[in-house]
Amino acid sequence: MRLHADITSAEVLDYLKAQEDKTLLRFLTCGSVDDGKSTLIGRLLYDSKLLFEDQLAALNAASATGNGNDGELDLASLVDGLQAEREQGITIDVAYRYFATEKRKFIVADTPGHEQYTRNMATGASTADLAVILIDARKGVLTQTRRHSYIVHLLGIRHVVLAVNKMDLVDYAEVRFNEIVADYQAFASEIGLDGVVAIPVAALKGDNVISPGEAMPWYRGPCLLEHLEQVDVAKTAEDAPFRFPVQWVNRPNLDFRGYSGTISSGRIRSGDEVMVLPSAKTSRVTRIVTYDGDLEEASAGQAVTLELTDQVDISRGDVIATTETPPEATDQFAAHVIWMHDEPLLPERSYLLKMANQTVPAVVTELKHTVNVNTMEQLAGKTLELNEIGFCNLALDRAVAYEPYGESRDLGGFVLIDRITNQTVGAGMISFGLRRATNLVWQELHVDKIARSSMNKQRPCVLWFTGLSGSGKSTIANLVERRLHALTHRTYILDGDNVRHGLNKDLGFTDADRVENIRRVAEVSTLMVDAGLIVLVSFISPFRNERRMAREMVGDEEFLEIFVDTPLDVCEARDPKGLYEKARAGDIKNFTGIDSPYEEPERADLTVDTTALSPDAAAEFVVAMLKDRRLIE
Amino acid sequence: MLTHLQALEAESIHIMREVAAEARKPVMLYSIGKDSAVMLHLALKAFYPSRPPFPLLHVDTTWKFREMIAFRDKIVAEHGLELLVHINPQGVDQGIGPFSHGSAVHTDVMKTQALKQALDAHGFDAAFGGARRDEEKSRAKERIFSFRSKSHRWDPKNQRPELWNAYNTRINRGESIRVFPLSNWTELDIWQYIHLENIPIVPLYFAAERPVVRRDGTLIMVDDDRMPLEPGEVPETKMVRFRTLGCYPLTGAIESTAQTLPEIIQEMLVASTSEREGRVIDHDQAASMEKKKQEGYF
Repeated sequence: MRLHADITSAEVLDYLKAQEDKTLLRFLTCGSVDDGKSTLIGRLLYDSKLLFEDQLAALNAASATGNGNDGELDLASLVDGLQAEREQGITIDVAYRYFATEKRKFIVADTPGHEQYTRNMATGASTADLAVILIDARKGVLTQTRRHSYIVHLLGIRHVVLAVNKMDLVDYAEVRFNEIVADYQAFASEIGLDGVVAIPVAALKGDNVISPGEAMPWYRGPCLLEHLEQVDVAKTAEDAPFRFPVQWVNRPNLDFRGYSGTISSGRIRSGDEVMVLPSAKTSRVTRIVTYDGDLEEASAGQAVTLELTDQVDISRGDVIATTETPPEATDQFAAHVIWMHDEPLLPERSYLLKMANQTVPAVVTELKHTVNVNTMEQLAGKTLELNEIGFCNLALDRAVAYEPYGESRDLGGFVLIDRITNQTVGAGMISFGLRRATNLVWQELHVDKIARSSMNKQRPCVLWFTGLSGSGKSTIANLVERRLHALTHRTYILDGDNVRHGLNKDLGFTDADRVENIRRVAEVSTLMVDAGLIVLVSFISPFRNERRMAREMVGDEEFLEIFVDTPLDVCEARDPKGLYEKARAGDIKNFTGIDSPYEEPERADLTVDTTALSPDAAAEFVVAMLKDRRLIE
Repeated sequence: MLTHLQALEAESIHIMREVAAEARKPVMLYSIGKDSAVMLHLALKAFYPSRPPFPLLHVDTTWKFREMIAFRDKIVAEHGLELLVHINPQGVDQGIGPFSHGSAVHTDVMKTQALKQALDAHGFDAAFGGARRDEEKSRAKERIFSFRSKSHRWDPKNQRPELWNAYNTRINRGESIRVFPLSNWTELDIWQYIHLENIPIVPLYFAAERPVVRRDGTLIMVDDDRMPLEPGEVPETKMVRFRTLGCYPLTGAIESTAQTLPEIIQEMLVASTSEREGRVIDHDQAASMEKKKQEGYF
């Protein structure tokens, strides 16, 4: 609504009252680079007269320097925000725009069409309820159109508008429009995308954006804005079962303990019985507390604080739910993962998974297949590269309450975070739980680790020797074992080379295989520690992440990381196995220190500098540490 | 179905609680303006019945309107909040000011550098700011949780993807996150919300007779006697108000008779200039905000 300068204050109050009842629609626009996304958004802003004069002046100035629209306003320059983008003439990130009409307020995510920026499109789609997919009427359905439609579908957007743009360049021909729509519908039903609304538009001229215009009398449907104002995206979130992920435990004083969070679905009334997941304990809601007073009832989308009758132990990340149909809890599930980082996904590497207010260590245990987003073909793969999509099994450190993504974005959508760089490296959508958490029962054993180790007069542990090839790991480990043996301790050595002859002979030296190599050795070490042994592991183990994974598998108190610190040039000069020479000659690929990195430990339990210590002296240090820590008597 | 203001409110509260739950030592940047007023109001709501579990930080350039400082102290006392005020001591020693050094140097030393000093000195790892994406183009692309390097730099090409409301708050020691809970609010939303919730704001937003001089087409209020007058320049008393608040020498007034919120909103709806127009720093160069932000400006 556009007001006039002579409006009365009563009219302003009426206007404000009307504004209060507006709803919000979040949508994204996607399409290929030249389809005119930014122009379309610029047109929506321009035609709904939400541009201020100074922005218009800047726009006219930009158009004058401009990129050949024959004196037309360069609407795209309004939307392309960052300087780099203005220079390149493309949109490289997600930009958010805001406008309102009498009926609705809109948040628009403008997302890039370039192939390498799939991750940004997924980002924009994750919070959108509707997608406007643009097609250039001259070009029809392109590979990019398919890709964007697939991502839109994958991210669970149920409302799609197919905006067939640049109709002015195909003489506003109905035949062409129908042809494109038929083409698209065939593809859309293939991937399960329904409810597509197709609209012919000319964004540059404005036809069918805000108003019909006169060029396409054959089209009788709503124009774009009209459709956006009317479309009913009120999901059934309020009617779905009650879910409330606890975000913050609210404890102002000893008399009050409440649980703050946003209701993810359903509704709650004070007095309702609830279940807390994953513990499955039940309780009852006594109060729904807000700053504006207690509520009798609250529903999906509201941020509230719940007080419960019983003093059940609830912490951040727990989910308070209806007792009738509580969500399941699992520590393993299958999910689609979109990879968002230059460093590829490595199965078995430990990442942090963040979902519904909790952060849990997680590994991809199996990459079942990757998806070619252009053809929807399923392919075999060992890793996921930037912008690739895969279907994976994931295992978490502990069980969490979840829902399939199709039912809940909050309880089914997660991000993966690199544990060292803290970058967000991937995003995932849960398909289903693998339920092993509840079906697989741990066999109770009567003779346990403590019983075994007390007989041995030692506390079992893993001595993890890491360092470059030729640094002296195996030499020192052997000397340590001889000393321990002389002291009648029970030991075992797992040596990198030897294990690769048997248990790990199927593995190569790619990053993915190195991770699996370490995982298996860590598993075997854990079993041996359980058997009461002192295990000496002598492995290059170049990545911090994998050593951390091994530490977590074995347990912090029983894992001692020993860094055999020998400079590369010294190792290379020693070259006991002649490997460096081969690597330098290019006969061995992925050789640590040459063309594959070695990440030094940041906090090793012991660092042995072999340029200053003899192997015997180094072994003495290791034995002294074991005595110090009372692992041996 | 929530109304759009209810939806925005719930989103902002969610963001604030997330920071309270995950940051080691958060702080709320409080600039005293209308956006800060809304942000503080939302913080009171988010943690009720607890108080907001973080202090407010005001980076004072010593050139704020006097009414802003009085308002700040009143609000803080009313709600029993913890307020930290930081002024760049080197800037004071060197006598940095907008009249003597120009807006660019003044803003850099007394705002950008001062902010970094305060964040470093207290070791804050997360700082709330009241910026909105509709204010300015480079803001439109910034994440809600916006990562800063050890030297407080923003890298627009290396932003973390932000999906759903699964915000990645993890950082290494010395790094920090700026958090913008009002990212998705527009100027109109802010005013409507202030109206709907009766949120107190600095009286400078309402029209009153104030002493002003016109310089380069901008009306500057003579707030104290540090303002050097040009030969022959005489302050005139005009009915004016401010659409944004900052350092008085850098903030343009508009002529107006709007003395109530509905009148302000009415004026805003028919206004023909966007709100940052009144801020002198944005005009320095094209894409100037993006540059400032990369260097650590909020």
